[in-house]
Amino acid sequence: MTDTEQRLASLRGGQLPKTHNARTIAALATNPGCPRRAVLDAAAVDKAKVASRAGYPAPFGMSPFALGRGVAFERRLKDEPEKDLLMLLRQALDLDIAEVGFTDLNEVGGSTDLALRHERTRRLLTAAPDQRGTLFDHPLLRFAVGGRHAYLEPDLIAFRHDDTVHVVEIKSFAIIDDQADGAKVAAAAIQSAVYVLALRDLLGDRAAVHDQTILIAPRDFSLTPVAATLDVRKQIAVLQRQLSRIAAIDDLLEQVPPDVTFSLEPDGKGQPRRDAAELLRDILRVEASYAPQCLASCEMCYLCRDEASGTTGALGKSVREEAGGIESVQKVLAYAYEKDPYPVPADLAEAAAILRRAAVLRRRSLGDPS
Amino acid sequence: MTALTSLARIEAASLGRAQLIRTVRHVHVSDRPLVFIPLGLAGEPCAPLAALVGDDRSAPRLLVVTSPLNRDERFAFAASLADVVLGYIGSYLAGPEPADNEPYPDAPQVIVPNAGGVAFARLLGRSTRFRPAVGEGAVPAAVPVLGRWLTYLAERSHPSASLILTATGALAAHWATGQSAVEDENLATLLAWIAPPPGLNGADAALIAEDPARCPPAGPATDPGFDRDVLSGRLTAIRDARLIADPAAERRAVTALERELREVLAPTWRLVWQAIDLLRALPEAGHVAGRRKGDRLSFSGYARYLAEGGFPQPRKDAAVDAARRLVRLESDQQRLEAQMAYDDPLVMAEYRMTGEAFEGVVTRVEPTRLDESGKKAKLRPWIWVETADEVTAGPGTELRSPARPGQKAVVIDVEPAPEGSTLVTLELQNGMGRGLVPAAGSVPGADDVVCYTTLTLDFQAPPAFPSREDTPWTHGGPPPEYVPTELDRTEAWDGADWAGDAYAAEVLDGGLADQ
Repeated sequence: MTDTEQRLASLRGGQLPKTHNARTIAALATNPGCPRRAVLDAAAVDKAKVASRAGYPAPFGMSPFALGRGVAFERRLKDEPEKDLLMLLRQALDLDIAEVGFTDLNEVGGSTDLALRHERTRRLLTAAPDQRGTLFDHPLLRFAVGGRHAYLEPDLIAFRHDDTVHVVEIKSFAIIDDQADGAKVAAAAIQSAVYVLALRDLLGDRAAVHDQTILIAPRDFSLTPVAATLDVRKQIAVLQRQLSRIAAIDDLLEQVPPDVTFSLEPDGKGQPRRDAAELLRDILRVEASYAPQCLASCEMCYLCRDEASGTTGALGKSVREEAGGIESVQKVLAYAYEKDPYPVPADLAEAAAILRRAAVLRRRSLGDPS
Repeated sequence: MTALTSLARIEAASLGRAQLIRTVRHVHVSDRPLVFIPLGLAGEPCAPLAALVGDDRSAPRLLVVTSPLNRDERFAFAASLADVVLGYIGSYLAGPEPADNEPYPDAPQVIVPNAGGVAFARLLGRSTRFRPAVGEGAVPAAVPVLGRWLTYLAERSHPSASLILTATGALAAHWATGQSAVEDENLATLLAWIAPPPGLNGADAALIAEDPARCPPAGPATDPGFDRDVLSGRLTAIRDARLIADPAAERRAVTALERELREVLAPTWRLVWQAIDLLRALPEAGHVAGRRKGDRLSFSGYARYLAEGGFPQPRKDAAVDAARRLVRLESDQQRLEAQMAYDDPLVMAEYRMTGEAFEGVVTRVEPTRLDESGKKAKLRPWIWVETADEVTAGPGTELRSPARPGQKAVVIDVEPAPEGSTLVTLELQNGMGRGLVPAAGSVPGADDVVCYTTLTLDFQAPPAFPSREDTPWTHGGPPPEYVPTELDRTEAWDGADWAGDAYAAEVLDGGLADQ
């Protein structure tokens, strides 16, 4: 174990590392500037459990109905691939009709052991083109995040006769009149980008993994599938940048006091040994950079929001910018309203002048002449 | 966001209470709005689950779908909703028909809790407006009409229009809270900041309002915990009772479901009406009635079109229609911004921050100054305004004043004045009567406080668009005329998926069968 790995293990405090999946890796791209998140992710801490234990359970949950729809839609596609799936892929990828072979990689001889599945995936995908199938159902890829491997499971990948590989993402949100929810498409695109990177890792230069991925989703209000092409070049660039930050985790770890740990190690009764207040204190010793966008993606969001209360950033990036980058709500109000504010540093003089002007205008417009 | 709104947010955060960012109400609020709170089944693009709807706050109507994935039940829901919505819309068309190009005296106003409510109305409209009322796959005749009206309303969801409002949007346009704009999309937390319960500050009240266990989300998505712990069981109980054909058990299960859904919807019903009360308490801005007249004209026009047997809105706008819509939205937005600034000193203050407007005191007037450079002398008074505001307009710029919106004032000179202020010389060009002496009150007097801005209320005629038939080939050529097709009859259901209950069972099981 390297020093870094040891350090990360001690942050985890004896817990098993939380396995990354495409969704959690994709989430890394959302607030790339947050050291707390980078450290927690690099140490593969179970953020949801830690946040909950510290008194701030995450606001995320998925409806069983949405899960059920996702499963039902994918099963309809794959149970009879010759019905819709192959036709869609032939059209989207220009596959020759003869070259379709469907390989199920969900299990290996009845075993779902991850290492076995990954080994089989690797063997099959790297085989010579003439001895290889074209479609692979749930291949198991491996991808290094912060020096450790995470297993990833794309819905489907497809080889073309020219040896290019396409990631196929199956989603159950509807494409209505050729339009889908922008946020959901964006999430699908970044997940696909994770798979593209993982596949490139696996195949090296043996085959070209295409940066155009295929999204298959139900059309209108039906379950009839349609295919759309996603260009994920931008997402790949964002992810690579973020992953390199995590790779450079040593720099961040240097900022973290050596005795900090997020351990949830249980006592004899299965309860975490450590006091919740102690855990919270250690979390707060790692710097965070909260923004309201975190509410949509990070399990720690309620904790960080509470910590950030009293700052302009908690009200939104544009509010902080309008306040001249001044972090403290009380400072902003002092600059804006107090007749004799405490000394204004030179670099904030302009911002303070704008705030005073805004305050005067606001007061007068509300009918207060003072 | 502007500097003033941001400052108001910061104040709100510090004071623990939302702060007004407008001095008047810039949106029309009907005397008899129709409140519509839809809920949908998670994951589905548009599977209505329930709705609380009505124009009487003491008697909302609860509509419930007991098997949300069943085609017939879904359209039965649409038919019940049509009963309420079309009855409400029809009440505005009941009087004598107005003369051509004149609007009905009033128009409907639908109020939904949040932007998700508008999206739901749009999708429900999309899934119903093409359905045939006769032949195979027919739905009740009111359903496609409802679809057209919902589509019409959803397309008019814009800050300058008031045929459909979101409670969150209308409130957030007038108050700044101590939370972020993202969080303002939650009606319960937004209202917690604007009107916290006695003894609580906004931040604490918002924390309580955010907890789905204490305050159910305003929809259309239900809380996943509710789906898992309550809804799933209730829907399964109804399905099971039907499978074994036990009417008593089915009735009990349906009653239980209705009770749960009413409990989930009732708090939002109260919040939306609370929002309406708060908005009504603000005095209405001067230009609201004018914009509302535009809404009435639009509504009356669409009602006539439908009465003449008009087609449903197309799935996608044709090229010319899309371009026209974009231009209209842009000019509506510009007009709204200018009108709000003219109506509201707090909005004008935002333009004063950026130098697009200034306010000051008239220090000197030459009310009878004549321009004698041409053949005929013209009345061209000059005024001198001293202002502490930043002035970005240079000589030659044409300005307007909210006090005399029709009068053009051209900047003659801008020069520094004592104490960091600025002296602006303006020439007034019209709006003073016909003679060579200005009409009383048409020229500001000395010591008057005046405001001038580059914003204008002038109507800009939209550019000319080719007719439908002349759509250029670069834009796909003339679009085909809409004719109802077989697709309209079948598209939403595509046969096999819906033939059995297999899909419904898989969804209700929440994917558990797979694990």
